[in-house]
Amino acid sequence: MSDQSQEVSGVPLLEVEHLTMRFGGLVAIGDLSFTAMREQITALIGPNGAGKTTVFNCLTGFYKPTEGRLTLHHPVKQEKFYLEQMDGFRIPQVAGVARTFQNIRLFGNMTVLENLLVAQHNNLMRASGFSIFGLLGLPNYKHSEAEAVELAKHWLNQVGLYNKADWNAGNLPYGDQRRLEIARAMCTRPQALCLDEPAAGLNPKETLEMNELFQHIKEVEKIGLLLIEHDMSMVMEVSDHVVVLDYGRKISDGTPEHVKNDPAVIRAYLGEEEDEELPPEVAQDMEGENA
Amino acid sequence: MSVQNQKLDMLALLKEAGIAALIAAALALPLAGFKTFDLNGTLTVEPRFNHVLIAAVVVFFGRLLISIGQKTFLPPIGQAAGNTAGSIGHIINKNKTLLLVLLLAAAIIFPFSPMANRHSLDLAVYVLIYVMLGWGLNIVVGLAGLLDLGYVAFYAVGAYSYALLATTYDLSFWICLPMAGIFAASFGIILGFPVLRLRGDYLAIVTLGFGEIIRVILLNWYEFTGGPDGIASIPKPSFFGLAEFSKRGKDGLPPFHELMGIEYSSLNKFIFFYFLIMALALITNLFTLRIRKLPVGRAWEALREDETACRSLGINPTNTKLSAFAIGAMFAGFAGSFFATRQGFISPESFTFIESAIILAIVVLGGMGSQVGVVLASLLLVLGPEIFRELAEYRMLAFGGLMVLVMVWKPRGLLSNRAPTIRLHNEDPSEQGAAK
Repeated sequence: MSDQSQEVSGVPLLEVEHLTMRFGGLVAIGDLSFTAMREQITALIGPNGAGKTTVFNCLTGFYKPTEGRLTLHHPVKQEKFYLEQMDGFRIPQVAGVARTFQNIRLFGNMTVLENLLVAQHNNLMRASGFSIFGLLGLPNYKHSEAEAVELAKHWLNQVGLYNKADWNAGNLPYGDQRRLEIARAMCTRPQALCLDEPAAGLNPKETLEMNELFQHIKEVEKIGLLLIEHDMSMVMEVSDHVVVLDYGRKISDGTPEHVKNDPAVIRAYLGEEEDEELPPEVAQDMEGENA
Repeated sequence: MSVQNQKLDMLALLKEAGIAALIAAALALPLAGFKTFDLNGTLTVEPRFNHVLIAAVVVFFGRLLISIGQKTFLPPIGQAAGNTAGSIGHIINKNKTLLLVLLLAAAIIFPFSPMANRHSLDLAVYVLIYVMLGWGLNIVVGLAGLLDLGYVAFYAVGAYSYALLATTYDLSFWICLPMAGIFAASFGIILGFPVLRLRGDYLAIVTLGFGEIIRVILLNWYEFTGGPDGIASIPKPSFFGLAEFSKRGKDGLPPFHELMGIEYSSLNKFIFFYFLIMALALITNLFTLRIRKLPVGRAWEALREDETACRSLGINPTNTKLSAFAIGAMFAGFAGSFFATRQGFISPESFTFIESAIILAIVVLGGMGSQVGVVLASLLLVLGPEIFRELAEYRMLAFGGLMVLVMVWKPRGLLSNRAPTIRLHNEDPSEQGAAK
């Protein structure tokens, strides 16, 4: 269906080539290819069950893809990482792909600040000499910890949670939890941030704030964002590039304008007019009910 | 809530106590109200209403005292609504430093007080071993959230390491102690590698099996471990390689009382054991308090909260869990080698599943992750059966009843408040509940 695709310009960050994921006989994703650009917001949309979260799970190492290649072009390290070959935890650690979850996964019994420090685990672990210097209380580690707290403070201010830094994350209101999860992912200093329905359950005002946060991350941090979202007004407003999935296959790819007017997308979301094709007995039944 | 209700409403309290007494009497009537005895071969029942009366009176005054205590010392209900964790934990947390200093002072003075004798010191050492094991297991269960039902295996590894090294190679306690810790930690890693991908119940079952495997090996590998005969005459530690605790001295070392210039007393050795295990336990505690504030400690707690989220943040779950397992095992190894040297004799009998269960019960009862809770729970669980010894066969009944009561009263353990490892603002985190 590549005929409906439109080229999007930019520096490639994450290339997905021929990604296929099968669970037994079920093809969750079939031969999906698209490219997410650096400093752009790429939205992944599609009806329920289209395989969007599965794409994220493949990208972040929770699933091993059945086929395909996932390449991350790391702009700082000037290196290519093949995500499909990496261990789950190495993807955020080495390749710099962070994610949030559809159902929020915070460390509920730990404080907001602690959540952000856990996100900087690998840096701090190195600084604490794998706990040995830290146990001895060497100044080296103190310094790194102070730096980590500074980064955490920065993101707390960005998401407006500075005053709630010592709250247990589980006690935060829902909207705050969503934003904290994004702040936590950003504390891993990622190159690509995958957001799984970040606006689900938020009110319009909170959704607007979320948009601004994404724009900020894109423009100031200069990283690429991948977004799964059902709120179409949000998608159309923030994204630079939209990929539409249906039944695990790409049906459209391009700018929001292009996708909005693509007949294949309209068909997938609204269905086709098929009244005439109803079997006669069903049509009769329906008429009978109406009468 | 009006002000009136907060005052002591004696009439209401008396009524409440009266109802409680009536219930107690009704319960006591069938339970304690009748005595059966054998009269010429037939079973006869004799009423004992005075017992019922005693029960009712005790419950009446007990209930009254508890009510008055609650009304006097606890904040009114509206104020405490946010803090459902209960108020004793709250009070303890508020005066934590004072309480700790008092506890520690009492623990240090104890062996020199008139209360100290062979029996009480032995009991105190026994309690402290469990405190140390509780603190060690707390790293695995309380912090990292890995349910380990075979913790006693590492305790056994530590004990046998010391016993075998000391009896075979004549190594001193002070060399064997770290070695026992290292052996136990390596066993922790050996067990950890294959099983740490399991979660929750499955991990619990495998660790349970591991604990039994170690015990069965100790029982059957006769040439190496002595099997059911155990290992006897395990040497006692010297006073840091400076003196011996026997009356004459040994191996060229002077006797302890001469070194110190004090009167010989057979108690000296037991006082030394007491301080030794206390020091070991305190090291475990300080280590835990410290490591909680380090990245690895935070990662353990994060792993307990959500493993999937940890992986998404680049934390290697296997290494993190292994480190918790190994460190927990290491402290069990230290405790084990202390146990071996204090007992002088070990056999697989000492390392049965019930030990694992008691240690786990201490951690759970104390409140997962709470350090002070472990001390309180060990006192309760280890001293409890001793205190109730008078009750003879009712002992375990009383003990079980006590545990049920604690779990009803505090379902999340005696002290279940978690203190944050780092704060941005200097406010009391307990205000949080009120703010919400």
